[in-house]
Amino acid sequence: MTEVSEVTVLTGEANEHGYKPFSIGEFNFSRDEHFVHVTWPSGTHVTAAEPFLKALMRDVAWNFFYGTVNFDAVLGTTNHYGNVDLFAGRFNEAYRKAELDHMENFPHDEIKATFTAMLSDWTNASFDPFAAPMETGSAYGAKLGNNDAAVTRTRVTANRMVGIPGDEPIRTDDSGYPVNRAFHDVDQSAPLVEVEPGYENEVSAYNFFAYLSRSDVTWNPSVVSVCKDSLYCPTTEEFILPIIHGNDRVEWFIQLSDEIIWEVEDLKTGTPRAKVVMKAGDCASMPADIRHRGYSPKRSMLLVWENNSPAIPDMIARGEASVVPVKF
Amino acid sequence: MAEYQTVYGSLANFTKGGVEVINDDPKNYVFSNMFDVANRSKPWEKVAIGKNLEYVVECIRAEGVSEWRVTPHDEFALVVDGEVVIDLIDPSASLVDPSASGSRALPGEPEGKKMGRVTAGHGHMTLLPAGRCYRMSASSPSVVLLQTILGPDTIERWAEICQKY
Repeated sequence: MTEVSEVTVLTGEANEHGYKPFSIGEFNFSRDEHFVHVTWPSGTHVTAAEPFLKALMRDVAWNFFYGTVNFDAVLGTTNHYGNVDLFAGRFNEAYRKAELDHMENFPHDEIKATFTAMLSDWTNASFDPFAAPMETGSAYGAKLGNNDAAVTRTRVTANRMVGIPGDEPIRTDDSGYPVNRAFHDVDQSAPLVEVEPGYENEVSAYNFFAYLSRSDVTWNPSVVSVCKDSLYCPTTEEFILPIIHGNDRVEWFIQLSDEIIWEVEDLKTGTPRAKVVMKAGDCASMPADIRHRGYSPKRSMLLVWENNSPAIPDMIARGEASVVPVKF
Repeated sequence: MAEYQTVYGSLANFTKGGVEVINDDPKNYVFSNMFDVANRSKPWEKVAIGKNLEYVVECIRAEGVSEWRVTPHDEFALVVDGEVVIDLIDPSASLVDPSASGSRALPGEPEGKKMGRVTAGHGHMTLLPAGRCYRMSASSPSVVLLQTILGPDTIERWAEICQKY
């Protein structure tokens, strides 16, 4: 193993399929034409390369997100905002009982660098982990180039609101965001904005649905409006959420178009708790003690609404905030 | 190539999903539908359909002309059905404590400079800037989702709007 960047990334020579191995702590990762193999002192895990890369893409792009990002029922990360747990079997009741689980904590920059390098090396030119299944080639086979342009996309984070001068721009054909194939019927007309001189930065509006219709990624919330710690993080969804998100705070979903079906499990054990069927106009919270995975039969518009306050996980741990948003 | 149709809801036409319980209480999901809520609301009522500690998403049935309001912080109005006209005024004097939460109703049109007007249709999002005054109007029943903070006029009627069983 050799060090390849300022932050220590432990990697080695490419195997017969062209892919490098990676290690962090006592976890070892390798891939072949079809599968990703993970080992730790008390166990091993194998998973298909495509879902692994899709999950890894979200974990890297979201900076480990809020709470826990389960790649599947075994492997995942928990964000402590500055440091990150990498675990195998920790939130799987059977692995815990069999004492096969393992967890290590790493500085944020170390695990981010390792995952970023892994994502770059293991993603072939033909595959875009952010794309819907019908909009990308295969993740499988021997190493063939890379797709760094796709895996290093910048996540949109408006400071105030999309479209305000100096903030995140609206999307257009000319800026490289054509209307997605599933949203050709979405009205692209702009609001009528009449501004008195001097108020150009405050009298502002944009076509939010048109903006979403031009998203080139799936299951990737981006910030479009900011009211202190209240963030509107809309996203377009198609097929299956590539991770199972374990909440460390209450999260809200507002279904703006079409339909998503959410499978909800207990955060710690994975035991099924509910199914939430959301149709256009529906609004639902995800409690802070669950994990969830969404299924979107057709590309849909979902408004994910987050409270970004860094104090919330500790407030919940101390009992100062509930795992549910409202009691009635 | 398949022709896709984007399905939206509206006051006139919506279908609710719901919580299918396996081992849980459906109330934990605070499940409602914005068009169902707006159909049961009076014009300009600010009914919370989402709450995250001090923050709320309010569902507003826009019909006729609203009162003038002043907001101490940025708010964002998303039209999800119909068309809403939003007039904005920069008040000649401060009308709200900047540390307050949620917008306040004003007794009439405030004195100040006209900032402009937005005519927002389906899917359009408008900034309601901090410290400024706004009034909304809608010639036919419409629906606005408002990203804001819990204020004195926020209505919480969870038991009436959410799935309980």
